[in-house]
Amino acid sequence: MCRLFSLTSSVPISPMRAIEALDVMKEGHDGSGIGLFLTDLAGPFQDSKHLPILSGIFTQSGVLRMEEFMSSQGFTPQYRLTLAPQDTPPPGTPKREVYLSQVFEPPSAWNGLAQEEREVLLTKTRLALRHMGQAEEDMVVFSFWPDVLMIKEVGDPMEIGRYLGLDREEVYAGRILAQGRQNTNYGINLYACHPFFIQGVSTMTNGENTAFVPIKEYLGSQGVPGYEGYQSDSEVFTHILHFTLKGLGLSLEAYKHVITPLQDDDMHAHPDRDVLYTMKQACRRLIIDGPNCVIGCLPDKTMFMVQDRKKLRPGIVGGRPGLFAFSSEACGLDAAIPERDKTKDFQPMHLDTAIVSPDCQEVRICRQTQPLPHLH
Amino acid sequence: MPANTAITPSTLSQRDLPWQIDWDIHTCTLCGRCTAVCPVNAIEFGTFRKRTLFTPPLGLSDNRSQGLQHKPSSSSSIYYGIRQRTDPAYACIGCAMCNMVCPNNAIRPLKSESTDLLRFHRDRGGQPRTRGGRRNSDDSVLDQIKFMRISMLTDPALDAGRHEFELRTLIGRVLPPAEALKTQREKGWMPPVREIYPLMIGSMSFGALSPNMWEGLQMGVAYLNEELGMPVRMCTGEGGCPPRLLRSRFMKYVILQIASGYFGWDEIVHAIPHMKEDPCAVEIKYGQGAKPGDGGLLQWHKVNQLIAAIRGVPPGVSLPSPPTHQTKYSIEEAVAKMIQSMSMAWGFRVPVYPKISASSTSLAVLNNLTRNPYAAGLAIDGEDGGTGAAYNVSMNHMGHPIASNLRDCYLNLVKLGKQNELPIIAGGGTGKNGNLAANAAALIMLGASAVQIGKYVMQAASGCLGSEGDRCNICNIGRCPKGITSQDPRLYRRLDPEQVAERVVDMYVGFDTELKKIVAPLGRSTSLPIGMSDALGIADRSAAERLQIKYVV
Ligand code: SF4
Ligand code: SF4
Repeated sequence: MCRLFSLTSSVPISPMRAIEALDVMKEGHDGSGIGLFLTDLAGPFQDSKHLPILSGIFTQSGVLRMEEFMSSQGFTPQYRLTLAPQDTPPPGTPKREVYLSQVFEPPSAWNGLAQEEREVLLTKTRLALRHMGQAEEDMVVFSFWPDVLMIKEVGDPMEIGRYLGLDREEVYAGRILAQGRQNTNYGINLYACHPFFIQGVSTMTNGENTAFVPIKEYLGSQGVPGYEGYQSDSEVFTHILHFTLKGLGLSLEAYKHVITPLQDDDMHAHPDRDVLYTMKQACRRLIIDGPNCVIGCLPDKTMFMVQDRKKLRPGIVGGRPGLFAFSSEACGLDAAIPERDKTKDFQPMHLDTAIVSPDCQEVRICRQTQPLPHLH
Repeated sequence: MPANTAITPSTLSQRDLPWQIDWDIHTCTLCGRCTAVCPVNAIEFGTFRKRTLFTPPLGLSDNRSQGLQHKPSSSSSIYYGIRQRTDPAYACIGCAMCNMVCPNNAIRPLKSESTDLLRFHRDRGGQPRTRGGRRNSDDSVLDQIKFMRISMLTDPALDAGRHEFELRTLIGRVLPPAEALKTQREKGWMPPVREIYPLMIGSMSFGALSPNMWEGLQMGVAYLNEELGMPVRMCTGEGGCPPRLLRSRFMKYVILQIASGYFGWDEIVHAIPHMKEDPCAVEIKYGQGAKPGDGGLLQWHKVNQLIAAIRGVPPGVSLPSPPTHQTKYSIEEAVAKMIQSMSMAWGFRVPVYPKISASSTSLAVLNNLTRNPYAAGLAIDGEDGGTGAAYNVSMNHMGHPIASNLRDCYLNLVKLGKQNELPIIAGGGTGKNGNLAANAAALIMLGASAVQIGKYVMQAASGCLGSEGDRCNICNIGRCPKGITSQDPRLYRRLDPEQVAERVVDMYVGFDTELKKIVAPLGRSTSLPIGMSDALGIADRSAAERLQIKYVV
């Protein structure tokens, strides 16, 4: 089972802190890979917060093809961070040419576009690069979004962190999702590595979603750009969250009602039962069948954890005002925030969504049996 | 055969019949029960003459040899017993009622090992064979499908006995999520949707079934709903519905069927203002799997006073429904109109869906329905569906298997992104070899939202004697030996409605346990695994390819 760890902090911190926590939980993953989602970035990226950053792994010729493509689309390159380590990679990690994070200024034609239109275009650009890369095997593209960096690699998380020098200030971030991979497949496709990302929404999961195929078929047929890939059964969690927020205009509190709707008795007793019942029927193909623990981050930098209906993977959240962590295991939490009040640690159960708002002051628990926030 | 009998082309020997009666003179008590019970008069009381020859034994040493003194002699005796008739009109149907009633087990039908000749003579007077029952073929793709995505160490399998399972399904048009929420917010018209148990009792009419059978099924369904909380639904078939049921609170467990003969709808329409509850749904029958492209048929034998009254016809006449609705000239207009009128009759509060025979044209129907906002689903009946009466040729040779037809339709919905919106109800041969839960689960994972059964309920709940080996199958002539499909009180009093109800309940509870025993190891419990095709495998490469499931050997 993979291990998950995330940090939400009011001051930017090093991704190594999350990786160190994963290392503490090492018994639970085989060190077969690491995935990082970083947002609320500090350092040089802060200056171009509103410009999209392309994150991915490229060969030299891939970089050229990417640059050519981007300029043909009217993008202007801005700040670029490349990690091109000179040492030999740690055992199990392939030698790559360029780990790239490149800020782009979108074409001027985009200026008049509505936010939503821009978002779709960003997604389509990322997908175009992804498809190009898949055809020539010269680029792997994880994200193309303002204030978001993503890094994924095969191998031991701690060793990769050191190898890539992730303790540098350029990649300090206020929100960090990190996953230590337990490999259940032989060949590792980087697109199958968590966290998954679409339009500012990112989630990572452990466990197995046995309802994967019908959900994938449903999402994939809704005509939403970006609902594709599905190299991992967990990618659907990200897209369902995206669908809930952007497709349905609902809030995070509704996510749990989509993936694991209430059952009869609780439903009847719920003040919003009519809406919930409609949701349960209309979103039936998005109901998951865990065991799953999902940790994610929203475009507004809210961080959360939910569990599936009943098979529940381990998950714990705790911290202190200004710094909270969501972790697969308590030992990870202890390693990252030893000074917290442990009596306030919380392990979400089958009805809970544990939420830390962008102000990073407290853990709020939203139970499915509570009224929904006012729907707009 | 008496010596002076003429031998005609249709004179058959016992050997030429599909079922041969094995009668044991030693144990027979000549009580006559078998001949009384036989529904087709295949056996009769027989007087047999027997000649006995006597040859005196050859001699002993101290005497003169008697054998040389006396000639051999012969004598005749008479004995009584059971004779099987070989006239094609009276051929044994293998029902084994004779065996069932025989106190000494002295008589039984045996299935002929070789191909019978009777089949060439079942058209006396130019009337080809008609019968009830099934296709008489026990091959089943559904039986070959295995569930092989078992949760092992990467995710825990569930305890079928202790876990909570949400196994209900939705019948009715489900709006796309955003539209559903918008409609909800703006208090617009939300198409009616019913949350029901995924195993439905398919359309078997009052008329095709005896009153006792119908009552038993209804009681069983009511018990499942009210005592066990299992929302099981039953479809009336084309024959109307008893007036009291129409006006009772149990109406909500009933799916009313309207078909091309509109039998019983006068009564139903008049009852609408008095209904305490809306029916669960309305099924418009355009076709059935057993005899695609052919209308319903209730032969005159079964049209007694009661049936005639409910259907609004004179008694004692055959009631064939036309193969098509007379008003139907195009799917775009007439079918849409019919769906709309039926919806309107109940103020758009009742889901209305068509039922068709599985056919290579199913996809066209489905595509059309996806564009009709009032269409609440599509029921597809495969070639293995049963019937109360049909021509043998229709039953054996017409139609399309359900598995690939359902799969094509489901994958087409997936292509359109409407797989949650228009439920497909599949039927036809589910459980034909007794594997009800496995077959139903396979259909669901191929994409069915619900499964309809008919013959299985008759076999399990009322002891129907029919089998895929052409046993019994005389449902059409009103002489059902078990009283299931007969309108003769002397026959249907054999069937106690209470016991039928009990069996319906046993069957459903057993099915439910088996279904959980299938979904639990697959790790599924929070929703019915509709379209979970990754769980399915089959050891037939072409079938795997056709159904888009895994090929496993
Ligand atoms: S098996 Fe049935 S049809 Fe045949 S002789 Fe016995 S009772 Fe009659
Ligand atoms: S027992 Fe009755 S219902 Fe069953 S096949 Fe025979 S006649 Fe038909």
